[in-house]
Amino acid sequence: MPLPTGPVIGIMMDNLEKRKSVFPISGRQAVKWADSLGIPAGGETVLYTGSMYQLLPYMIAAVNVMGMMENSFLGRFVGLGRFFNRIVNVSSIMFMPKPSDQKRFARTIRDIARLLLQAGVQFGYLYKDDLYAGALAFDMGADRVFAAHARKVYAVLKSHGVRTLITIDPHTTNMLRSVYPTVIDGFDIEVKSYLEVLAATDTLRPLRQVENDITIHDSCVYARYENVIEEPRQLLQRAGFGVREPEDCRKLTFCCGGPVESLFPSKAHEIGKKRVEQLKNAEGKGVATMCPICLATLQQAAHGDLMIDDISRFLVEAFCEPEEKGIRARTAGKRGAP
Amino acid sequence: MAQVNAAFLSKVITSKEFNATECMDCGVCTAVCPMEIDLLPRKLFHCVLLGLEEKVLEHTESIYQCLLCKMCEANCTANVHIAENVRFLRTYIGKEVFKL
Repeated sequence: MPLPTGPVIGIMMDNLEKRKSVFPISGRQAVKWADSLGIPAGGETVLYTGSMYQLLPYMIAAVNVMGMMENSFLGRFVGLGRFFNRIVNVSSIMFMPKPSDQKRFARTIRDIARLLLQAGVQFGYLYKDDLYAGALAFDMGADRVFAAHARKVYAVLKSHGVRTLITIDPHTTNMLRSVYPTVIDGFDIEVKSYLEVLAATDTLRPLRQVENDITIHDSCVYARYENVIEEPRQLLQRAGFGVREPEDCRKLTFCCGGPVESLFPSKAHEIGKKRVEQLKNAEGKGVATMCPICLATLQQAAHGDLMIDDISRFLVEAFCEPEEKGIRARTAGKRGAP
Repeated sequence: MAQVNAAFLSKVITSKEFNATECMDCGVCTAVCPMEIDLLPRKLFHCVLLGLEEKVLEHTESIYQCLLCKMCEANCTANVHIAENVRFLRTYIGKEVFKL
């Protein structure tokens, strides 16, 4: 028996309304990735994570719990769970993330920031004010909850004087660039994906030789909603990788299944397995994703048979110094920690 | 027995978001759906356009199974905004049924 749709969505929407995020996320954990990078607080141009990569460890934990409840008598108690979750933060007890997941997703954000620093891009970060953009509420059709949250996020951005956002995942990019202007009158913040920013620079030079062929998995949202298709390919090629295309790619990319994982875990895993087969058949040495949901879903579906990682990991390998050396060089410069 | 719900139909007709009237019933959307949901979007949209609210609500699970991946939309020759139409139905269900 599938999980009851209404209460499951209800729990996430209640969390967004009351706790500013669909899953309860520790404030310290959310900004930990920036430790010792010396990124200034605020500024007109900010790196905006929208907490998507930070949320994934919690989503993985939630999906594991939901997977156990799906087709079990426990599914009947989700409604009751929603009732209690409004009063006490039950989801923070039920969905405990693995520290190893927190570490690897934090590393991805760090990789992205390091690439931008390496390219000489000047940016700040909003730390505790880097809020979730509300993609799940929008996708679930919870328009009232979404619009209220979007106004909250916009007010925070304006209070910091932000003029340009550099986003790091397709869902946040889509929300801020294409959806917010439809619900907020006078929305005037420029939004660019870090892939677009990096592709437009000519300052990134490979520091070491990489000769592997990498299979690219386009995110549906980047490819079909935001038309971010060429940039990841250009960057991989500039880094020295060969790019392999799977059977369904570019504008016709095949979904990873992740968007329905919280409601229909089994169905999502079936889709993920189909995509992994297509990616395997492309015979690249590794697979590059550019969305945290795709990354988590495909890694889970591949069961370690295929090396799948965020595109930033491959790019850092070619464009950046090993981390310790890079940090020493930066701390000797002018940038100050917030 | 299926019954037309005038209030539901009026919401669909006055909506700027729901544009399934353009559908030519070619079936490409169903053929390319990664979820292999045979109901979505054609048959479901017909029920919506006829104002058959009960029939639509019977398929709530399918409506939430849609990935919103737009594979159907990328292949649609009639430029139907399929994902936005599905989201329109979710908004309706969220408000009227789930009380979100």
